[in-house]
Amino acid sequence: MSTIRGRLIMIGILVLGSLLSLLPRNVKQRVVDQTTGRMKDTTIRRVPINLGLDLQGGIHLALEVDESQGPVPDCADAIQRAERVVRTRIDEFGTTEPVVQIQGRCRLIVELAGEKDPARAKSVIARTAFLEFRITDMKNLFQNALPQLDAALRRAGVKARGAGPSAVSQLFGSDTSKAARDSATDANTPGVLSSLLFQGQLPGEFLVPEEQWELADSLIQRPDVRQLIPRGIDLKWGAQIESRGARSYRPLYAVESRPIITGEELVKATARRDQLTNQSVVEFTLSRRGGRKFGEETARHIQDYMAIILDGRVQGQPPVIRSQINTRGQIELGTKPLQEASDLALVLRAGALPAPLQIVEERAIGASLGADSINDGIRAGVVGVALVIVIMVGYYRLSGVLAVAALTFYCLFTLAGLSAFGFTLTLPGLAGFVLSIGIAVDANVLIFERIREELVHGKSLRLAVDDGFKHAMNAIVDSNVSTALTAFILYLVGTGPVKGFAITLIIGIAASMISAIFVVKTLFLIWLQRRPAMTTLSV
Amino acid sequence: MIRFFANANYDFIKWSRWAYGITAAIMLLGIGFLATRGLNYSIEFTGGTLMQVETKTVVPTGKIRQALDDAGLHGAEIQTFGSDTSYVIRARITAEAGESEETNTQAVAAAVRRALDASAGASQYTVVRTEAVRPKVGKELQGKAFLAIILSFFVTLTYLAARFEWRFGLAAVLATAHDVLATIAFISVMHLEVSLIVVGAVLTVVGYSLNDTIIIFDRVRENLHKYRRQNLYEILNLSINETLPRSVLTHGTTIATTLALLFLAGEVIRPFAWVMSFGIFTGTFSSIYIAAPILLLIEKRWPGEDARGVRAIGARAPTPAPAGPAAPKSVQPPPPVPRVPAR
Repeated sequence: MSTIRGRLIMIGILVLGSLLSLLPRNVKQRVVDQTTGRMKDTTIRRVPINLGLDLQGGIHLALEVDESQGPVPDCADAIQRAERVVRTRIDEFGTTEPVVQIQGRCRLIVELAGEKDPARAKSVIARTAFLEFRITDMKNLFQNALPQLDAALRRAGVKARGAGPSAVSQLFGSDTSKAARDSATDANTPGVLSSLLFQGQLPGEFLVPEEQWELADSLIQRPDVRQLIPRGIDLKWGAQIESRGARSYRPLYAVESRPIITGEELVKATARRDQLTNQSVVEFTLSRRGGRKFGEETARHIQDYMAIILDGRVQGQPPVIRSQINTRGQIELGTKPLQEASDLALVLRAGALPAPLQIVEERAIGASLGADSINDGIRAGVVGVALVIVIMVGYYRLSGVLAVAALTFYCLFTLAGLSAFGFTLTLPGLAGFVLSIGIAVDANVLIFERIREELVHGKSLRLAVDDGFKHAMNAIVDSNVSTALTAFILYLVGTGPVKGFAITLIIGIAASMISAIFVVKTLFLIWLQRRPAMTTLSV
Repeated sequence: MIRFFANANYDFIKWSRWAYGITAAIMLLGIGFLATRGLNYSIEFTGGTLMQVETKTVVPTGKIRQALDDAGLHGAEIQTFGSDTSYVIRARITAEAGESEETNTQAVAAAVRRALDASAGASQYTVVRTEAVRPKVGKELQGKAFLAIILSFFVTLTYLAARFEWRFGLAAVLATAHDVLATIAFISVMHLEVSLIVVGAVLTVVGYSLNDTIIIFDRVRENLHKYRRQNLYEILNLSINETLPRSVLTHGTTIATTLALLFLAGEVIRPFAWVMSFGIFTGTFSSIYIAAPILLLIEKRWPGEDARGVRAIGARAPTPAPAGPAAPKSVQPPPPVPRVPAR
């Protein structure tokens, strides 16, 4: 009697605890404020089960330090600093419950649930956002070195691919560049490199026909060419393509190697659309220290041109410095959409990444696909459960009903377990859950078969039930432990969705042990107590 | 009361030679397929780009393929996925391209979009899933999957060694190894895509099959203790017959749920469901026709009183189930109950 009461209390506590952990509760969530477009914290009432990215849609990225531009000495340190920057960016860019974590030593994992625009998210996360201001090559050092570069290329046996300077070059080519080219040529063959470069409108600016910029880029990347580029001068490509008439050109800038200031000194950046020119611009404010430095430098460089370089690309045409600039300035983005400008403002505010990052793994799943997966999974689950109920009740009759009742507890406990420990339900997890319903009744099948055998052996009802449970225990424990062990290994080595599968399986095994053994035994005891005169068991 | 196979008395072990023949045939077929066609690894393992797109109207795959070729993506695979307007495009990173194609995965995604703009028309399609994996990450994942399978063998072997006598453990592991091989053969024959989920399914099959073998061996251990005069051959047959109703029921419910998954849970889960469905069959088969006869062979080769389970039950009381109160406080060896003949 007392044992039954104790058992019932125990079950009551378990059910109550499960229900509590499944009740909709207030969850803090970041959502986009419709009016401002910024992220804000809100509380939402919902059932606290975390859905994986494959169920609610979203993007999973693995990033590593990109060493293609140069070796990074300490990737672990770089990733740790990058994590802070990426976290700041995402907090502002915002999706619900972003995950930013370091995996292993040198890998950064970013997960954004419900993100609809993966391309934009990727550019916000992986953009280095290293901003610097440099004065262009006012003394034409690079231009004067061009003949030597051409000569070096000729010595190396590089032949010009095109048919020399086209007539268009006359449009742009100033006298100096022409002179430079002429001096570089012997026997009237134009220099390989200089034939690709057309003088731009300001000192240090060159225009390269769009279809030839890859060739030009490969030429200036050559070690023998880089060696000959004058000391203190770097070459940087422009970010935008310029069209002149029917042709497109990519600007190449010769700029000083020393930046007059970098984005580190930036404290504020906002995007807006310029009413007059209809251009997207990012306005920025420098810190007081940065402003002082910037003021000194710009005062010294009045009438010089200043290139605004972001991630190694020159933004827009370098403006001329008309007067001393202190703390405020702006970056012009041309006709790009305003959203791009606000994303740039965002990454500038959050700061530059300590090293360039590359995406080594990307998984993006649309929200609609996720919703379909949930629906399909639930449908399969309902049909699977219905079949299991038919089999169990059809075969074991009343005892089968008890087993089905236990199955309800099983589902409740499993979902509660997922919710209480904050695990994530994934699509394979959903499959694992459906599968484990089929496996969960195994314990009951083992017990019922034992009870039948004990009854065949002529035992009394009560004894048969007790012995049935007792004798089936060995097999149940052994088989469940072996399944749990493989699931645990899967949890250790698996990633994302597969981890979710393993977790669901492990929780399912624990829940099925409780429901099939403890709950069903209790139900049997109550049944036997209510009908002491019963001589045959519906099993 | 419905009873399947009540007091069944089939001579299962007698048919083991036939079973070996069937197994050998399956293995040969599998090895043949593995050798000629190999395994269809997903891009998670090979590295590459996968995009699933849904179009508004039916676009012939030939047209998409042509557009992909034009975009410079030769050898990309295109398949319809579940419905006519759903396609999966896979561009694997081939061994020749290797690691040198540093920007490959991201560039491929852009090229696929260009090809779709050309073939289906811009805004006539939506990309619902993208996976882009660098070969480096794929290799890591391969290593992990391999490690998982090896580890699971090691751990279950250790567990079996602790819970059972070594002869039982060896037979169970051999039967499970058979299941893994047969499942891999099945994957090759069906040309299923080997993704991490499928590896998960294989590991689940390992757990399930072991589970099934353990149930039978548990009964063997008990019967060895109970019926000291019968030989192992008879006891094996008796145990299999006694657990037959359980086998039918449990496999029935599990098959019911895997079939529900196979037909209803959608395209992503389907390879998983195929592997599980096959795994249940091979797991059941191997527990009866591989594990038991091998135990008999091992016992013949290395006979010993140990196999009688003298040590197994008495000396090592099973740990109580996590359910706690329901577990018996101590498990006594069951008293030798004479078997009551059937009604």
